[in-house]
Amino acid sequence: MRSATSLDDALRILRDERRTPVAGATDLYVALNFGTLEQKRFLDIWAVEELRGISERGDMLVLGALATYTSLIRSPLVARRLPMLVEAARQVGGVQIQNRGTVGGNIANGSPAGDSLPVLAAADAVVVLRSVDGERRVLLTQYYTGYRATVMRPDELIVAIEVPPVEGKQWFRKVGTRAAQAISKIVMAGVRSSHPRIAFGSVAPTVVRVSRTERVLASTGDIDEGAGVLAEEIAPIDDIRSTAEYRLRVATNLLRRFWAETS
Amino acid sequence: MAAVGSSVARKDGIGKATGGAKYADDITFPGMLFGRTIRSTIPRGRIRSIELDFDRTGFTIVDYRDVPGKNAVDLMSQDQPFLVEREVRHMAEPILLLAHEDREKLAAARVKIEYEEDTPLFDPEKSEQVFKSIDIVKGDVVAALARADVIVEGTYRTGHQEHIYIEPNGVIAVPEDGGVAIHGSVQCPFYVLKALRCLLGSAHPNVRVIQTETGGGFGGKEEYPSMIAGHAVLLALKSGRPVKIIYDRVEDMIATTKRHPAIVRHRTGLTRDGRLVAMDIDVLFDGGAYVTLSPTVLSRGCIHAAGPYRCDDTRIQGRAVFTNTPPNGAFRGFGAPQTEFAVEVHMERIAEQLGIDPVELRRINALRPGDRTATGQILRDDCSAHMVLEAAVKRTDFARKREQYKGTNRTIGLSLFFHGAGFTGAGERNLKSKARLELTPNGVRIATGSTEIGQGTRTMHAQIVTDALGIPYEDVEVAQPDTSKVADSGPTVASRTCMVVGKILEECAHELKEKLGGLSPAEYYVRNGPLTVERMYEPPDWIQWDDNTYLGDAYATYGWGCDVVELELDPDTYEARPVKVTAVQEFGRPIHPALARGQIEGGTAQGLGYALLERVVMRNGAMANSTLTNYTIPTTLDMPEMDVVMLENPYPGGPFGAKGLGELPMDGPAPAVVNALRHMGLDVREIPATPELIAGCRTIA
Ligand SMILES: Cc1cc2nc3c(=O)[nH]c(=O)nc-3n(C[C@H](O)[C@H](O)[C@H](O)COP(=O)(O)OP(=O)(O)OC[C@H]3O[C@@H](n4cnc5c(N)ncnc54)[C@H](O)[C@@H]3O)c2cc1C
Repeated sequence: MRSATSLDDALRILRDERRTPVAGATDLYVALNFGTLEQKRFLDIWAVEELRGISERGDMLVLGALATYTSLIRSPLVARRLPMLVEAARQVGGVQIQNRGTVGGNIANGSPAGDSLPVLAAADAVVVLRSVDGERRVLLTQYYTGYRATVMRPDELIVAIEVPPVEGKQWFRKVGTRAAQAISKIVMAGVRSSHPRIAFGSVAPTVVRVSRTERVLASTGDIDEGAGVLAEEIAPIDDIRSTAEYRLRVATNLLRRFWAETS
Repeated sequence: MAAVGSSVARKDGIGKATGGAKYADDITFPGMLFGRTIRSTIPRGRIRSIELDFDRTGFTIVDYRDVPGKNAVDLMSQDQPFLVEREVRHMAEPILLLAHEDREKLAAARVKIEYEEDTPLFDPEKSEQVFKSIDIVKGDVVAALARADVIVEGTYRTGHQEHIYIEPNGVIAVPEDGGVAIHGSVQCPFYVLKALRCLLGSAHPNVRVIQTETGGGFGGKEEYPSMIAGHAVLLALKSGRPVKIIYDRVEDMIATTKRHPAIVRHRTGLTRDGRLVAMDIDVLFDGGAYVTLSPTVLSRGCIHAAGPYRCDDTRIQGRAVFTNTPPNGAFRGFGAPQTEFAVEVHMERIAEQLGIDPVELRRINALRPGDRTATGQILRDDCSAHMVLEAAVKRTDFARKREQYKGTNRTIGLSLFFHGAGFTGAGERNLKSKARLELTPNGVRIATGSTEIGQGTRTMHAQIVTDALGIPYEDVEVAQPDTSKVADSGPTVASRTCMVVGKILEECAHELKEKLGGLSPAEYYVRNGPLTVERMYEPPDWIQWDDNTYLGDAYATYGWGCDVVELELDPDTYEARPVKVTAVQEFGRPIHPALARGQIEGGTAQGLGYALLERVVMRNGAMANSTLTNYTIPTTLDMPEMDVVMLENPYPGGPFGAKGLGELPMDGPAPAVVNALRHMGLDVREIPATPELIAGCRTIA
């Protein structure tokens, strides 16, 4: 394990050696404990203060990659601009996890059940990646290439998430395996505007925007039709936590609830 | 002020609160090795070859050929090997043991095992290998069914349940002068002792078992520790060094026992006005791959299968059968939660079919003093079925709420239940439990094999001795159970530690008091030196029991309970969220009200988990969700407001009137939850009633 105290320092180390970044370690440690962590060499970035802030740049809301759930919950800026993220953050793990878990880690870890992901997908958030060679921006919805596979290169870090202004009512719902400390069996975020934006987690190998459903709702405003399209658009699976049938049924229920509550 | 009846400070409170208490994994010995178990990865077949794919330097390796005595865990039958010889009967069955001083090297060692696989049997209904069958016949059920106005039938299912004690199984075996000592997280040190004697044979006569501070058991450390202790001992004897084996959570969940899944069928005859005329009950328990304690779990399950009701003509047939899954075993309630779930949901369905109010149906049929149970036992004055029912109904305003919640997404349901305390039938007589009191320079020491596993044994025993002897609570100490130093007071199971062992201690204290002749323990000690009093348990002389017919006085006394659950159903997600539970329980006398309340709150939480959340997903005979992430027990946020009511109806044979309490609270929550769902129109006959199950469940017209 090496530690970096500045972003430049961190990026130089990643250029020179293959190391796995460690932020809050709340995902990594679980894998380590189960003996399923393949990596052996790590780079601790927890002390890189530049990655921690939450701010506005132009009309963008900028979340530092190391922003923790607790800092999201406490941020007036996030509460004003992206209340559905506050809602999601409140439902992550328990207080200890909220204090250590970061939004960058949630994205990089890439679990399809990550609770911040549908929020960021529905908000058209952009992932800012940086290496010593420079910076690039990728839409969150294009960040994943498959189950836990991303476009990030080994020499890159997620440095920030940029969220453009979100017009319309925001809505979030997590359906976990119990009331708290739960992995999502299905999770949905929605923005109600002239073109509704809707994203689901835990219904596919990656977080998904349901664009066909969005288009139908935008053009017809008919929730029955929207729910019908949604049922065709997603194809969840059976796993040890739930069933495809349940997920599909609850997804359409959530869509209807979203529609009713944001009208 | 009397100690009994007041919530005195726990004997183990400071140690646990400050982190001073030493659990098995906190303890090390010089030169200690760590042990690891290599387990089967198929559910059924034969071992063809074993290949050790690592550098053996520093390793101790043990297989079945290293067993000096008998390669069988000495429980009810000796069918389960400590280490597989050839035949594999379930997933995660121990085959080989490794020990090394370096944990990383130990974890990295690769062993390749090839098998000849057979088709496994997972469905208990298809199993032809019966571990135990029971047939309890009272009256003539066939004739009575023919007479009945109405017959109601139903099948009810319950799943596996994991104990989730906070501390996984773990022991350390330490070679010592001419023998070996086991330090470990165990419920029943003398069970482990018995098993080790059988494993080691005459070669190693000096074995002792010392219970370390134990982080919960719930039955999961009743029989299983014999297995892990045997493994540690084999490694310790071969290496000549202390060996520690501590399971991590995954291994603990995959390899150790769980609650028996059950399928219970009811065929019940009634008069049109709701009187039980005939109860024909069939109980099937999935025992897993070895007998372990299944016969006694089945026995308790069957004895409780007719519920706390009076019916002259009953027949209860039970079977515990083999499947190629890890053996199921003891778990708080010991078979009764399964069968009481079935009968209580069935009663609700009967009420529905007869158009009778479910409370009224229970009023008509609930047992009273003088009535006969399913085993023909005539109940005495300490029968409190009606007392708890009426108290719960009144306290919750049940009738009004039931009406008021109709058609909303809120609902209410109840269950009436009972639980026999102590070993079944002649069990306590055969056990011949002993307890001992020893004078110390400042007071007395309690020396029994009863274990503190979080439930408060030390404190509760000390309170009984305090009052019986008339000395300060602080002057009573409790010895750490060490089989070479304490009396064998029988296992810490079956809700017997207060009622039975507490009773022997009370009598010891009376005898000691007489011997002290008016002196305080300290005064006596100074003048006369040490003094010890040991007594054996005498069950009530009226207990009659026939082990062949299962007729007679099954238990000296019973605890009684009525749980009322209010819950809300989320219309989008089908999650049933309990919002309030009222638990009214009668168990003679709470020796320590705060601890007793803790037992009820904890048992109710465990029962709610059993009802709604805790689903063991079995894939190819192994638990697929063997993590705390995916096997979900209730968190504080899943727990509703709890109203605990403790009623007293003393049992004359217990210390200060106390009965058993540990298991009772486990029996009620699941049927109360499912009966509440039924009141909403959901025809649930199975637990856990997960959102997935509720989403797909039939609705009642
Ligand atoms: C008890 C518990 C409960 C949990 N509950 C939830 C929950 O309710 N909802 C939920 O979504 N998640 C939950 N999690 C998962 C986890 O807490 C989150 O995914 C968290 O956001 C991960 O952040 P982290 O900083 O701890 O990541 P880490 O564990 O430090 O890292 C995770 C992965 O991301 C990579 N990484 C981290 N930061 C960066 C970066 N800046 N650039 C590039 N790569 C990076 C790491 O290399 C690693 O591969 C839970 C975890 C635990 C242990």
